[in-house]
Amino acid sequence: MIDEVLKSDLQKQGIHVLCLETAYNWGRANSVWPLTFGLACCAIEMMAASMARFDLARFGAEVFRPSPRQADLMIVAGTVTKKMAPLVVRLYNQMPEPKYLIAMGACAISGGPFKPGYNVLKGIDRFLPVDVSIPGCPPRPEALIHAIMRLQEKILAQKLTGPDRPRHLNAAVPGEFPVPVYGASDLEPPNNPEVWHPPLIKR
Amino acid sequence: MAANQHPYLVLLLLIVVAVTFAIGPLAAAWAWARFFSPNKPGKDKNSTYECGLESKGDAWIQFRSEYYLYAIIFLVFDVETIFLLPFAVSFTQLSVGAFAAMIVFLLLLVEGLAWAWRKGFLTWK
Repeated sequence: MIDEVLKSDLQKQGIHVLCLETAYNWGRANSVWPLTFGLACCAIEMMAASMARFDLARFGAEVFRPSPRQADLMIVAGTVTKKMAPLVVRLYNQMPEPKYLIAMGACAISGGPFKPGYNVLKGIDRFLPVDVSIPGCPPRPEALIHAIMRLQEKILAQKLTGPDRPRHLNAAVPGEFPVPVYGASDLEPPNNPEVWHPPLIKR
Repeated sequence: MAANQHPYLVLLLLIVVAVTFAIGPLAAAWAWARFFSPNKPGKDKNSTYECGLESKGDAWIQFRSEYYLYAIIFLVFDVETIFLLPFAVSFTQLSVGAFAAMIVFLLLLVEGLAWAWRKGFLTWK
């Protein structure tokens, strides 16, 4: 590792020194390609965020890909019904790694206003690891841009090697998440215990 | 100068650059996957269909044979135009043999049109 004094001295002379990890993360953080994937009204705000007024292109995230094979980011924008949940998980499995997931809006986080519904999944975090959650019903496009910026910060902080490296760099961690099946009255299993831990209520 | 003595040296250099340009990124990607990012294929990832649903059934299904009429109409009104345009452009310079061949082709398609008409395919129901 180059020491910081020398690095800043070089930077004053116009020479930027960076390690492979920084270059790798910098490139990934500035070209996050989301999957064209909207489930409900939050998707309208997502579309607005990608259009000229809010212009997600400023953050390199405007290239919405119609195929999961080309996408880095899944924005779960809207209510995930239990009918739709296996499809969401399967699509996430089909995305190449490294992949990230933004839960956009109250429905994707917890079921939102439709939480009492028998057919509504109470949050996509029951099956998939969520990187950034955006509250709101629906969140403003600025909120989505904020989430993209948070995600960029997260990507920039990821280690390339070592025990705390992200899951896509770890060969021991499986790349796919189990897809739930339609059961008699609920999805089976109703959640992925490796991803979701029920909140502990302390009294 | 080497380039004066061997005029094909530039070509060789160009080939080397082109091959490096093609293989370099692939090798870099392979090395990156080898040292940092492990390959993780899986059932869902390797599946062909990519809309979230699983494909079911067989692709070897039977089609209704009546669809041949669509093929005929497509040939008559779409494919024929592609041949008619160069035919019209070079009409005056055509030999008798070429003209006769084109007329035979047109008559074959007209026969198809007559067949579709006879079948009542052109009437709006």
